[in-house]
Amino acid sequence: MPIQAEENVENRSNAEHGVIISTRDVNVYYGDNHALHGVSLDINKHQVTSLIGPSGCGKSTYLRCLNRMNDTVDSCRVTGEILLDGVDIYGPSVDEVLLRARVGMVFQKPNPFPKSIYDNVAYGPRIHGLADNKDDLDEIVLTSLEKAGLIKEVQDRLHSSGTGLSGGQQQRLCIARALAVRPDIILMDEPCSALDPIATAKVEELIDELKENYTIIIVTHSMQQAARISQRTAFFHLGEIVETGDTEKLFTSPTDKRTQGYITGRFG
Amino acid sequence: MTDQAQKAVGNGWQSEKYIKNLAKRKRSERRFRLTGLLAILTALTLLAILLFSIVSKGYSAFVQTTITLDITFTESVIDPNGKMDPAELRTANYAKLVQDALREKFPDVKGRRDLRKLFSLVSNDADSALREMVENDPDLIGKTVSVDLIAGDDVDMLNKGYIDRDAVEDDRRVKDQELVWLDKLEADGDIKMRFNSGFFTNGDSREPEKAGIAGAMVGSFYTIIVTMLISFPIGVMTAIYLEEFATKNKLTDLIEVNINNLAAVPSIVFGLLGLAIFLNFAHLPRSAPVVGGLTLALMTLPTIIIAARAAIRAVPDSIRQAALGLGASKQQAAFHHILPLSMPGILTGTIIGLSQALGETAPLLMIGMVAFIADIPGGFTDPATVMPVQIFLWADSPERAFVEKTSGAIMVLLGFLIILNAFAVVLRKKFERRW
Repeated sequence: MPIQAEENVENRSNAEHGVIISTRDVNVYYGDNHALHGVSLDINKHQVTSLIGPSGCGKSTYLRCLNRMNDTVDSCRVTGEILLDGVDIYGPSVDEVLLRARVGMVFQKPNPFPKSIYDNVAYGPRIHGLADNKDDLDEIVLTSLEKAGLIKEVQDRLHSSGTGLSGGQQQRLCIARALAVRPDIILMDEPCSALDPIATAKVEELIDELKENYTIIIVTHSMQQAARISQRTAFFHLGEIVETGDTEKLFTSPTDKRTQGYITGRFG
Repeated sequence: MTDQAQKAVGNGWQSEKYIKNLAKRKRSERRFRLTGLLAILTALTLLAILLFSIVSKGYSAFVQTTITLDITFTESVIDPNGKMDPAELRTANYAKLVQDALREKFPDVKGRRDLRKLFSLVSNDADSALREMVENDPDLIGKTVSVDLIAGDDVDMLNKGYIDRDAVEDDRRVKDQELVWLDKLEADGDIKMRFNSGFFTNGDSREPEKAGIAGAMVGSFYTIIVTMLISFPIGVMTAIYLEEFATKNKLTDLIEVNINNLAAVPSIVFGLLGLAIFLNFAHLPRSAPVVGGLTLALMTLPTIIIAARAAIRAVPDSIRQAALGLGASKQQAAFHHILPLSMPGILTGTIIGLSQALGETAPLLMIGMVAFIADIPGGFTDPATVMPVQIFLWADSPERAFVEKTSGAIMVLLGFLIILNAFAVVLRKKFERRW
């Protein structure tokens, strides 16, 4: 397993970050369809890790294992080991609801609730009881919007509908909503695929700032985006991890033929 | 390049074959439009005929013929002891006052049979109106007042033109002699038409001029309340459970198929079910709105479940995922987001289901709500009837005057249904969301 060996070397090189999620031999089945074949990957703390690969390669499926969103699909079955800070998240002691509060998620299409901007952000803290009173809640909402870089645009209309914002603003609102429940990790499933270049630039800038305090795993179709924002990259192909490494190294000197083919645009 | 394009046009798009094909396509489209237009016109015409026939027969139910008579409130008849005792005032023979007034108007009518005919010009319910007057104002005793009394149903029918004066006497409910009296009254300006308020305030009666739909309206109200209280919560909860919580397997598939089939079961079968369970097994009171409501709830449930499931399914999955992704439990996602978002659709389906229940007759026949009930029900367990059953009962009655009552009651029922459906449309428009 050459990949495994390389991974260990890199882990040492990223020692100051430490591993927060460690997955070993993860297999995912949708009914009879074997979607993910023995994926092993370590995610470092306070870094942006991007998952790239052609459509249907299993990168979104892998992402959805990390907060057990796959549980909502009836026919889905996950085997293998996914450790978050050393605890198996599929273990019996883990409550998936609390897991999802710790591992937030931003989706491909901006999906604010058809409620006010304030209520969108306040929803998470409300259901988890993070605020003791109205002032606390106000504080959480405002800081979350600030962290998401949205506060200037919306502070005058916190109580107007979240669906009335532009696409890019909606996506940043969704990020603010995820931040409000104080996660450690944020999963992003192609967060910019529905956005125009300017909105994309803003979200990318935001991701870059957020990595100071959060661990971010992003699925993206854009190799440029992966190169711009991530420190580490994993290349998926046909349900397997082909290559993992520091982003710079993976894009400049890939070791696997398939990686080379994909990043040079020969397939995918 | 341009040469080539032109050549292609010459050979392709302007060739005879293509032009023919295009003309054929256009003809076919015109034909389809014409057929659609015809179908709509036919439907509208039939609807117009239906409404016209109901309204033209039924509008006269809202007016009533009265005969004005000078009634002398003779003290010796009403209050022979002069004590003004309310109990005595209540039981006095007010009919005699009407008879006296008629005798005075037509002094030359003699003989028991003629007199009985004369007295029947006025409704035999007229005395209760007089009693009410005296009870409200005892000072009337001893005075002579001109009073509008409700005419008998045959006089009413004649006055509304439903009885042909020129028909052979034997085929006519109103005989020649009565026509003479009525002509005299008419000439004196004593026959009038007025708004029939009794139609909305009285219960059912064997006397058409006295029969009203108040009892049926109140019965329908109680029945629908029971139906709504049972079928709405159960239906919505079932839909949420099936859509959001139940795993998809053979069993839930079977349940789904059965719910869809139940919606198509003839309603009288639900009546039999209600009879078996609520009356024969649970021994609930017969003819009561509570049993009618329960039976109609059984019938309405599938409609509400199907509508609610469709509304829940129409909520985009992204909302569900957004909530779950934030760490909401399935229940929180369902009740905080999916239910409120699907509420307009659920309410529309519920109102349509309830208006269907409001117009339902067959299942209620099975549980005894078809009985003749003159009293206006005072609660959920009182014997009652409902509007469609009342219509059915009146349509079955032999008196000519019940024809207009039947159509009038249909108009009232249609009015309620239109209001309910308009309400559903308003709800849908008001809460419609885009995302």
